[in-house]
Amino acid sequence: MVLAANNLTKRFGSTRALTDVSFELAAGEVLALMGANGAGKSTLVKILCGVHGADAGSITISGKTVAFAAPRQARAHGIIAVHQSIADVGVPTLSVADNLLLDRSCTGRGPLLAGGRRNLRAAEAIAAGIGLDLDLSRTLGTLSIAERQLVAIARAVAHDPTVLILDEPTASLSAPESERLFTVLDRLRDRGVALLYISHRTGDLRRIADRIVVLRDGRVAGAFRRPLDLDAAIRAMVGHAVGRVARRDPVPDGAPVLRLSQARLAPATATFDLAAHAGEVVAVTGPVGAGKSTLAGAILGRWPLAAGHMELDGQRWRPRSAGEAIRNGVFMAGEDRWRTTFFPGTVPFAHIAGTIGFPFLDRRSRAGLVSPTAEARAAARLIAEFGIKARGPDDRPAVLSGGNQQKVVLARWHAEPARLLLLDEPFQGVDIGARDDIVRAIRAQSRDRATIVFVNDLEEALEVGDRVVVMADRAVVGDAGDLARISTLLASGAPSPHPAAS
Amino acid sequence: MSSPARAPNASLSVRRFAIDYGLLILLVGLVAVFAVAQPAFLRVNNLFSILQAVAIVALLGVGVTVTMIAGGFDLSVGGLAAFVQMAAAYSLIVLDGSTGSTILLCLGLGVLVGLGNALLIVRLGIPDLLATLGMLFLLAGLQLIPTGGRSIAPGMTLLDGSVADGAFTDAFLALGRHRFWDILPVPVVVLALVAAALWFVMDLTRFGRVFHAVGGNELAARLAGAPTRAYRVWAYVISSTVASIGGILMAARIGRGDVSAGNGLMLDAIAAALIGYAVLGANRPNILGTVVGAVFVGVLLNGLTMLNAPYYLQDFVKGAVLIGALTVTYGLAPKQG
Repeated sequence: MVLAANNLTKRFGSTRALTDVSFELAAGEVLALMGANGAGKSTLVKILCGVHGADAGSITISGKTVAFAAPRQARAHGIIAVHQSIADVGVPTLSVADNLLLDRSCTGRGPLLAGGRRNLRAAEAIAAGIGLDLDLSRTLGTLSIAERQLVAIARAVAHDPTVLILDEPTASLSAPESERLFTVLDRLRDRGVALLYISHRTGDLRRIADRIVVLRDGRVAGAFRRPLDLDAAIRAMVGHAVGRVARRDPVPDGAPVLRLSQARLAPATATFDLAAHAGEVVAVTGPVGAGKSTLAGAILGRWPLAAGHMELDGQRWRPRSAGEAIRNGVFMAGEDRWRTTFFPGTVPFAHIAGTIGFPFLDRRSRAGLVSPTAEARAAARLIAEFGIKARGPDDRPAVLSGGNQQKVVLARWHAEPARLLLLDEPFQGVDIGARDDIVRAIRAQSRDRATIVFVNDLEEALEVGDRVVVMADRAVVGDAGDLARISTLLASGAPSPHPAAS
Repeated sequence: MSSPARAPNASLSVRRFAIDYGLLILLVGLVAVFAVAQPAFLRVNNLFSILQAVAIVALLGVGVTVTMIAGGFDLSVGGLAAFVQMAAAYSLIVLDGSTGSTILLCLGLGVLVGLGNALLIVRLGIPDLLATLGMLFLLAGLQLIPTGGRSIAPGMTLLDGSVADGAFTDAFLALGRHRFWDILPVPVVVLALVAAALWFVMDLTRFGRVFHAVGGNELAARLAGAPTRAYRVWAYVISSTVASIGGILMAARIGRGDVSAGNGLMLDAIAAALIGYAVLGANRPNILGTVVGAVFVGVLLNGLTMLNAPYYLQDFVKGAVLIGALTVTYGLAPKQG
């Protein structure tokens, strides 16, 4: 065994984050770690990386018991982690080559002079380590998310890890991009690197995992080996069987709420049509960079279409701002809730009530005066309705789990009746149990409005949508009802602008 | 994912108490010490002269606070107040203008400078600190040009050799010197009105919420339907208009156009706003905190002067207070997510 965790236990104050967690990891093996938000995955990774010390239990590496006082020591033992938020990794203004050499130059072991042929060769060697096929002189900030993810992995691999920990590496990748990552991981596995792979995407696990360990409430709730029983693993993770949501009848009759005709998202891309009817949930899927968010932004009035026109309930629809859209009942819950929805703690009304009430202040306030009590009352109603686990309306979203945070976002856009609701990546950073709740909530209230959900993940698209629409290269390329058909559409779509997606 | 539980314990609540009330307790303590050491300190007259002395700085600070709430910064307020002060003197003395027209001119200049800042920052995308620093220099230089760098006093000789025949009107001078019921100075009343109005707007109305939201997460505010650019423009216009009111009061107080009147104003105003972060544990720009911050510095300087501390200690004391307040805000407060 390369790595073994023996009865790890960790408390934070009165909460037990981990209790008696044990697992083993062999060289050349991919162990998947599953667990809902708050199950203790992060804590476990932090202990393995030397960020936290365990209160009890031990870690052995190649048979020797080790104790890490600092992340540096875990690194020295060959345990390297690639964290989920790639925005924090690397310096966006530097070139790929400089970023690959960042660890060397920041530890003071690198050469005094930056740039130069020798450094370029060193960077090329690191890139070759995972077969990274990128122009190393490009600035990191201009790369796609998938490419940056690969750069981060190349940097990790440059440390020559014995154990490589990957925290949800495919969270923002499309299917082809993920496949590219898996090819790299296959190669690492063949080289004898032990991989700890954190994800709850069943597609990923089916493709890459040799074994699965499931955490629930800080304990090991199950361990699975090949052939993997993913349903059992998910049951172990959630604690109950995950119900599939019933699908409603296909396209309702009547005029569509939203209709796009001969639309173009950019001057040189293909034109397409799209319609969404009241009572239906349309799932729009496609790789990162396929134009999903661009389309959502155009419908919301953040920018105009490059060509073509839109109709809302038969009227010409050309909003000039999100404000105009909201006044007309077109709402959007943006992707990446911390970027597009929540306010930082320095904002006095960053709590749930203020977050929910903010878009509708003009309808709710009298003579410009905000009524905090009415706002709290409205929020309390939505907290109950959406099953948000919070102490009350003045809890801040930051203290909630990812799933509950996302329910706050959803609740906000259900505070007033919508004519058209756009949901961009509503399952980001949400565990499977909460995902189920969210799917149910979206579908339960969709009768009187048209709903369009934009998601990367095909399974999510199939789960939430009555109809799945596929986008590629910034145009809608077709409708699909099943995974096979979607895959064909994705494969036949025009080449993506990002080389990583090809 | 799982956030480490923050167990309430004694050290945390002591810290919380220090964060929330530290500055106010210190203020009360200072007043007590000064009152014991020098009984004249507590005389109503002296207390109002403290307020009188800090009114203009506090006014400027309140304006800067509005831009800070909206996520910006305005370094130009000090330069603007000095510039408006000179403009008021120029209007009254050189142009022989009336009180009303002078006030309108000054307010108009304030709005104009605010729009100029907004143009640079919101429209052209120049970072706020840089744009308003440029504006600060521009205004500090501009006020010197019409008079060739000299102060403006009644009967002065102009650049073309003629003699200025205007004067400060009594009505205008009253803005800086009159005391209601012989006790309450006009600038203090103006400060109270402006601060109360802005506090009301920023803390209780939906417009204030949008200012806060723009400052906290502009994209989130825009996606929630707020016209964020318009609010940022308003923030700079409000800041500059309030600063021009400060300039009017300053001119009325001094009774002439003094080229050195604006020295240090900008730094004092921003220090007041930053000290205000630490009032009542707000940890954010807030109107009342800014006023308390300005008063705090005023009390300290006045008390020290009464105790015969040398004048050259003043900047040192201000620096110490500012660093202390910032330590409370950034060093002690629990990190917010």
